[in-house]
Amino acid sequence: MWDYTDKVKEHFLNPRNVGDIPDADAVGEVGSLACGDALKLFIKLDDNKERIVDAKFQTFGCGSAIASSSALTEMIKGKTLDEALGVTNQEIADFLGGLPEEKMHCSVMGQEALEVAIAKYRGGPLPVHHDHGHDQEQEGEIVCKCFGLTDGFLKKVIAQNRLHTAEQVTHFTKAGGACGGCIPKIKELIAEVLGEQKQDAPKKPEKLTNLRKMQLIQEVLENEIRPQLWTDGGDLELIDIAGTVVQIAFRKACAGCASSGYTAKFVEQKLRDLVSDDITVEEVAQ
Amino acid sequence: MKEIYLDNNATSKVDDAVFEEMRPYFCNLYGNPSSMHFFGGQVQKKIDEARSRVAALLGADPAEIIFTACGTESDNTAIRSALEVFPNRRHIITTRVEHPAVLTLCRNLTKHGYRVTELNVDGAGRLDLEELRKAVDEDTAIVSVMYANNETGVVFPIEEVGQIVKEKGALFHTDAVQAVGKIPLNMAASTIDMLALSGHKLHAPKGIGALYLRKGVPFRPFMVGGHQEKSRRAGTEATASIIALGKACELAGQSLEEENTRVKGMRDRLERELMTIIPAARINGGGAERLPNTVSIAFEFVEGEAILLLLSEKGICASSGSACTSGSLEPSHVLRAMGVPFTCAHGSIRFSLSRFTTDDEIDAVIRELPPIIHRLREISPFGRELLK
Repeated sequence: MWDYTDKVKEHFLNPRNVGDIPDADAVGEVGSLACGDALKLFIKLDDNKERIVDAKFQTFGCGSAIASSSALTEMIKGKTLDEALGVTNQEIADFLGGLPEEKMHCSVMGQEALEVAIAKYRGGPLPVHHDHGHDQEQEGEIVCKCFGLTDGFLKKVIAQNRLHTAEQVTHFTKAGGACGGCIPKIKELIAEVLGEQKQDAPKKPEKLTNLRKMQLIQEVLENEIRPQLWTDGGDLELIDIAGTVVQIAFRKACAGCASSGYTAKFVEQKLRDLVSDDITVEEVAQ
Repeated sequence: MKEIYLDNNATSKVDDAVFEEMRPYFCNLYGNPSSMHFFGGQVQKKIDEARSRVAALLGADPAEIIFTACGTESDNTAIRSALEVFPNRRHIITTRVEHPAVLTLCRNLTKHGYRVTELNVDGAGRLDLEELRKAVDEDTAIVSVMYANNETGVVFPIEEVGQIVKEKGALFHTDAVQAVGKIPLNMAASTIDMLALSGHKLHAPKGIGALYLRKGVPFRPFMVGGHQEKSRRAGTEATASIIALGKACELAGQSLEEENTRVKGMRDRLERELMTIIPAARINGGGAERLPNTVSIAFEFVEGEAILLLLSEKGICASSGSACTSGSLEPSHVLRAMGVPFTCAHGSIRFSLSRFTTDDEIDAVIRELPPIIHRLREISPFGRELLK
């Protein structure tokens, strides 16, 4: 049984704002019957078309999906559209006193529906989310074929929620939760996003002595990289450092893992970001 | 709140008589049955009695019963044993709707060079015996086909399956965890080589199971160590639990008729009335032969976890084939294999009754469930269309 907070239960048992708004200014629909959850969100603006005066929803989904929809409608009432767009999925979860991590995708669905509704109202391009298979203009490449999720959408959720593992990405977006075929690609996206973030805030030291560089490589492996591998049941061992070449061997779940090539790339990217640009990582069998 | 427990395929109440039978074997009669002294010897006698009681329910010989820790251990033991017995046969046949105790093992074995065929089922959850006939060959070491499905209650034609398997000389195993105690079994006139059962599905405690192993069928133990269970399953006997399983099997034999009359009658009434009151519903496996205690019913445009949570508010315990209850994101592999339409695959609920179920409890479900479905359809964007 899920460990739902009292507030989740309360919003599930007594959802606020269920229904529709016949003269709604904006309507956003995400999800589908096949996906297992779907949300239709209605927004009514004041006469100046500035602030949200009413919001209603219809949701097909589990308890936390209904509670997240209820929370969302309560949160955005009284906000301007820009203020409403600033609501993150984490804030929806926080409003409910937290969601089990496996259920975070319910809060993401709420945020998505809101973005779709506002984008449609403003007439701009739709945000990059699911491939709904409609006439909607979609950008980005589909990564998760089972749930029709694009790289742009996944990267946004990864960055916003600081996700580090493919499992977390599944919990937040469902990507990779069905056939699992896109998990290596999700790992690449995580590495990409982490790389992008690091470029924003470079921590890299300017010049390093060889000794300091070797120490730093070990520190990064111990403090940044191995803990992430442990969360997936994997591990690695540092075998040798020869100049700019770092030799590692994968252990536990990483050893013989089909996507260890991606993991090696991830290790290399981390070391380049945090130690030195010229590092290359070599996987050795030991 | 008094619970209305309709989740007996998940686990069942320990019968009071079963608990009384096992009670002395914790603090008083705690001897080791392998010991030479009288104190252990008296426990050995009770274990012999339990073995006979389990055998009687299955129509087997007591020497054919091996006690294990659970159904999963029995399944794993049977399949791994067959692969060791036939080192040159590298093919396993099972079904897409097996319990994970079999399916996960078989899928893991593909990583070790075994070829695994998963037989399909039709929309009512039935096997195609022609597909089995084509699949089984001289390379097949074992065929593992469940007796009855835990989610839908669909019963497979096990003896017809066994006939086909025997023609090619493979071993035949069945996971009968859901069938034992609910339908009559007779190993004396069966093609089954190995059969797994679990105590906690038939009112014995959790943590005890058994493997039926037909006399003369070659076998390699999964657990090795001491000489317990004639060296077929090492480890000190879980004496109290074994004695409990024996008593539970005795009681199950006595209530088999009740299962197939009174319990079945309640199940039939439950499904008939729900189908009458609630529009856009379907019985999963409705066209097939089913266990007398199980109904899996799918409601269009609503999601199973939400139904279960609202039922739970009324004290009603059921289970679902929905993704959201398990943490997985897809509907159950059983419903997907049956091709249940996606409009209702997420909204399936399983009620599983037992001899402790009462008519009042069934009345409560018939009273409480329809408004729950109606309410969720009012919230659902797809269900609202239906209500118009």
